[in-house]
Amino acid sequence: MKGEVELRGLVKSFRGPSGPVRAVRGIDVSIAAGETVALLGPNGAGKSTTIDMMLGLTRPDSGSVSLFGRPPREAVDAGAVGAMLQTGALIRDLSVRELITMVAALYRHPMDVEEVISLAGLTEAAPRRTQKLSGGQTQRVRFAVALVSDPDLLLLDEPTVAMDVEGRRDFWAAMRAYAARGKTVIFATHYLEEADANADRAVLMAHGRIVADGPTTEIKAQVGSRTIRATLPEVELGELSSLPGVSAVDRHGDAVILRCTDSDAAIRALLEAQPSLRDIEIAGAGLEEAFLELTGDEDPDAEEAGAPGQR
Amino acid sequence: MSGWIYTRYELLRAFRARRFFIFSLGFPIVLYFVIASPSRNVRDFDGLGVSFPLYYMVSLASFGTMMAMISSGARISGERQAGWTRQLRITPLSVRAYFRAKVLTSYAMAITSLLLLYVAGISLGVSMPAHAWLTMTGLILVGLLPFAALGIVLGHLMTVESIGPITGGTVSLLAIVSGTWFPVKGGFLHDVGQWLPSYWLVQAGRAVVTGHTWGARGWIVVAAWTVVLVALAGVAYRRDTGRV
Repeated sequence: MKGEVELRGLVKSFRGPSGPVRAVRGIDVSIAAGETVALLGPNGAGKSTTIDMMLGLTRPDSGSVSLFGRPPREAVDAGAVGAMLQTGALIRDLSVRELITMVAALYRHPMDVEEVISLAGLTEAAPRRTQKLSGGQTQRVRFAVALVSDPDLLLLDEPTVAMDVEGRRDFWAAMRAYAARGKTVIFATHYLEEADANADRAVLMAHGRIVADGPTTEIKAQVGSRTIRATLPEVELGELSSLPGVSAVDRHGDAVILRCTDSDAAIRALLEAQPSLRDIEIAGAGLEEAFLELTGDEDPDAEEAGAPGQR
Repeated sequence: MSGWIYTRYELLRAFRARRFFIFSLGFPIVLYFVIASPSRNVRDFDGLGVSFPLYYMVSLASFGTMMAMISSGARISGERQAGWTRQLRITPLSVRAYFRAKVLTSYAMAITSLLLLYVAGISLGVSMPAHAWLTMTGLILVGLLPFAALGIVLGHLMTVESIGPITGGTVSLLAIVSGTWFPVKGGFLHDVGQWLPSYWLVQAGRAVVTGHTWGARGWIVVAAWTVVLVALAGVAYRRDTGRV
């Protein structure tokens, strides 16, 4: 089935200081109308470059983007696409309401300005000048600017950067309200909780490729790993990593954390080898663990692909 | 028309940017009084048959308007750094409507600057027949066309850090070569100057007050620079899609 958003064989390289940077290395995604999809990955995974190509801001070296059966530029001109780009401040010397009115005037069939203001939670901030807003308010204005054309596809590139906890909660509530109108939403994030809580589907990217694509629950199951956490002071980590079923070990103070491919085998061996073990917890992998497992493996030429995993 | 609302808010923004506005309009006025006030009673400057205040009112008019036009580059550069230019690109705003807003905003600034200088000149005793004022103003406005485009070119090529020195340096250099500050009566500077649009901007005022006209060369130089710089502005804008 052909989706409303079709990415086919997308490849993009940039010139870097030490040779070409292969930002995106072959991406195929098909997204249906009404889906909310998280584009998940560490910094340097190629998320923003992919979004730029979807918007027609960056021309792919090869491959194609189709939005509602049209090239990006046409879809943008028709007002079918709204986006919150990653870098973004606002222009100064206009009030929030004036700025949104100005952008609305660029479209043939914009949403009502007051409706956008209330949808983005800007009723109080509407008369204020854009340079006097808090970081969270600025993000909400940028959200309003993305919404103003009443787009069928909303692209959000790390939208909650600079927002506090409460701001984030409100923002995602507003996003879900918009998605509930039957709109397609694609957002990039490296906050795993955000993807888990707000997306139907997660597309995991690492080193410019897609490493997993599916419902967030399915991705967790796909990895199937568990962690054992227990108090165990004064033991060499090397002793633990050689135990059966253990794939990685880590220490936080007196606690050890074992990532396991087979937690049953691991816990039996662990109890036998370390009788002093106490405070044992065994937990299923969250998206966080799934994420590390799927994206953490070193890429052969990863050095030039930016610095993955800065957060 | 959607583009016109965009233009209207761009104008509003330009006039609300108080510090920028006061400095770029106030600077030529202050400079004018500093230069012209002490010699306000010199009726025949350098044997040109023109009073000192009139001569320098024309000088500052070309300098101030040139500055006002090119300063749109600083605003564009700031918008690019804020990521706003990329945001505009994912709207249906056409290149034409974008350029129109930028050019009209620059002209609004330049005309304000010009009128303030006229008032300053009149306050130092400058007087001319009405048709002379009008001809001079008309020629200056035409002569500013290349600079409207130059502002856009620089704005899309330079960073916020480099745009100040670049525009300041460009305007200062053009002003000297084009005889803004002192009469260039011949020689190398004069030969070079005649091929620059800024020379004809200065001549727009001089032509009226000294009786010499723009002539064919003036129109051709201004038109040629306009065509070249508008084309460059188009290229600079189209290429400028990356993150800054």
